[in-house]
Amino acid sequence: MRKVAVAGIGFTKVGEPWERNVKELFAEAASAAMKDAAHTEVEQLYVANMMGAHLQGQISMGALMAEAIGRPGLPAVRIEAGQASGGVAFHEGVKAVASGLNDWVLVGGVEKMSDLLPEAVTTALAGAEEQEYTAYTGVTKTGLSAILHRLYSHEYGATPEEIGWFAARGHDNAVGVAHAQFPFKLSIERVMASPMEADPIRMMECAAVADGAAAVLLGPADKVANGIEVAASAVATDHLSLAARKNPLTLEAVRKAGAKAYEVAKVKPKDIDVLEVTDDTTIDGVLSLEDLGFAEKGRGAKLVAQGHTARTGEIPTNNFGGLKARGNPVGATGLYQIAETVIQLRGKAGANQVPDARIGMAQSMAGVGSTCSVAILRRV
Amino acid sequence: MKTLIRVGIAGYGAYVPMYRLKAAEVNRMWGTSGEPVEEKAVVALDEDTVTIAVECARQAVRRSGVDPAKIGAVYVGTESKPYAVKPSGTIVAEAIGATPSVSTADMEFACKAGTEAMQTCIGLVGSGMQKYAMGIGADTAQGKPMDALEYTAACGGAAFLFGPADESVAELEASYSFVTDTPDFWRRPKEMYPRHGNRFTGEPAYFKHITGAGNALLAETGYKPTDFKWAVFHQPNAKFPINVAKMLGFGMDQINPGLVSPVVGNTYAGSSPLGLAATLDVAEPGDRIFMVSYGSGAGSDAFVWKVRDPIKHRRGGPKVKAYIDRKRYVDYATYLRHRGQIIA
Repeated sequence: MRKVAVAGIGFTKVGEPWERNVKELFAEAASAAMKDAAHTEVEQLYVANMMGAHLQGQISMGALMAEAIGRPGLPAVRIEAGQASGGVAFHEGVKAVASGLNDWVLVGGVEKMSDLLPEAVTTALAGAEEQEYTAYTGVTKTGLSAILHRLYSHEYGATPEEIGWFAARGHDNAVGVAHAQFPFKLSIERVMASPMEADPIRMMECAAVADGAAAVLLGPADKVANGIEVAASAVATDHLSLAARKNPLTLEAVRKAGAKAYEVAKVKPKDIDVLEVTDDTTIDGVLSLEDLGFAEKGRGAKLVAQGHTARTGEIPTNNFGGLKARGNPVGATGLYQIAETVIQLRGKAGANQVPDARIGMAQSMAGVGSTCSVAILRRV
Repeated sequence: MKTLIRVGIAGYGAYVPMYRLKAAEVNRMWGTSGEPVEEKAVVALDEDTVTIAVECARQAVRRSGVDPAKIGAVYVGTESKPYAVKPSGTIVAEAIGATPSVSTADMEFACKAGTEAMQTCIGLVGSGMQKYAMGIGADTAQGKPMDALEYTAACGGAAFLFGPADESVAELEASYSFVTDTPDFWRRPKEMYPRHGNRFTGEPAYFKHITGAGNALLAETGYKPTDFKWAVFHQPNAKFPINVAKMLGFGMDQINPGLVSPVVGNTYAGSSPLGLAATLDVAEPGDRIFMVSYGSGAGSDAFVWKVRDPIKHRRGGPKVKAYIDRKRYVDYATYLRHRGQIIA
């Protein structure tokens, strides 16, 4: 297998661009990635998108986005893996280059959620759960996370505030971030005073509806000058239903994908300088930290509350705000995480820079952990 | 836009029904925790848009001292007319004694219908076609149970009788209208409640059009926000008018007297007209008032008013504040009954 490098990254500002469609958003991110790489040759396009079929009524996203970037005819396909679509599409791109099948692969993700009413978006998001067993009951993604939140507090004695800190920490890192949806501080008091979304999860503990697109251009490491090397990329899955899992508080897909990535990259959690995890809700972020090995089971929330995951802490996490504050344009989110990790490893994060970041990890997760992708990137 | 003949407000009137529904009562009903306004005004069983319009219009005529037979136009802006077909304007014109030598019609432009009626009257008087013309904004707005609009959709209105500037309480210095096709809120025929695009009603709708109209009128007149003693903006909730004022460079001191939505709710076509009436209630001669309405669909009308001496003698009778302070709370079930939402 060949070594793969990230040659370029690009993304749009996360938000509610009412007057732009999925094609325009995708094209902006893709063009930015090619410009960043100073390379325009593309042999294969992967398009990460979760809900276009429901929200825009649009399938054939691969061909559509090939056209959107002015390359009709390009081999292109949409990758859908729930909320982990971006991370899984990255994984497929890495495979294509590593295998030698392609040299230059563009992996872009896009999601446009703001055009639809909340009911439609919530229903589409719940599509990441098993329809015949779970989603049909009417439970939402946030509702399932609320079950984990309650169980976690019950088992480990964590307080709602300790878990809620995950949102406040994310916002701390989003201040002044040009591409963030909510680039401002959010105090733990405001988090805990916000309306209940799915008891005990409050509104300010949840990522909001967002639009955005992100893209990375991958190439063979020996042909990419100053590239950021992909040290590992792994994907794992789990039972969709929480009820089918042996221990719902261990996200097996996260654990497995993480373990595989560490093994391939030959690193340990303590070697990771910058980390991006999935905090669709606060408890998702806490469990991800634990199952990636950054905290003992049951200790994650306390570490977050105590500041260990702050940019100045031992585990600088979600350094541009994470899903809560940078925003969560679902299908694109995994690629925002990769792009932000690349910015850190290049040392170009400005006020958000973690000093001397050399190794970074990005974890993208679908639903409450049915699919998880983990990538480890390294500055060489 | 400026008129050929100088136009002003000869008299104005306002009306807010007595009953109130608290946001807390809506929250109690649905187990929610919203509070876009504290409370909203609700009609009595025998009130509707026409009775509200008549109350406002009679007060405007009374204050103006104008012989109602000389009123050449009565336009009612509303999105809750009692009849689908049959003008509300004819009933109001008859009730104030303006018939039969009068032009009437109902205007529809969601929450901008009231200022659209005013703008039309300004055109008639400003062109010399009529000496006096009455523009009214009044609504008994509908909010679907458990919808965000249920907190705010309220009842009330205000009427403005336009006439020659030299005898007016406030002269129109300039106006401007800003319209695009923006489907943020709508109600189809025979539907009981409007539908809306949630957050789409904010930035690309309300804020875009009010700042669009407001900035254009400021540019056209050469005025700065500091040239105005007061400002009034459409008030769909408590937050939006404060935010849009800030965006345009106006402060709380300027919008406070006309900011009635926290305790009245959104009176739709009556909203910014009611805010203007509340502002005229406290204004002094020489004060300049900046006003921008907003109606879904979407558009904004912006006005610059300059208050004149006669204001001191032409605001007798109950002021807007008196209507606001006169209140009786209803519970949720009574609210539904008053709004005809329980089919007996």
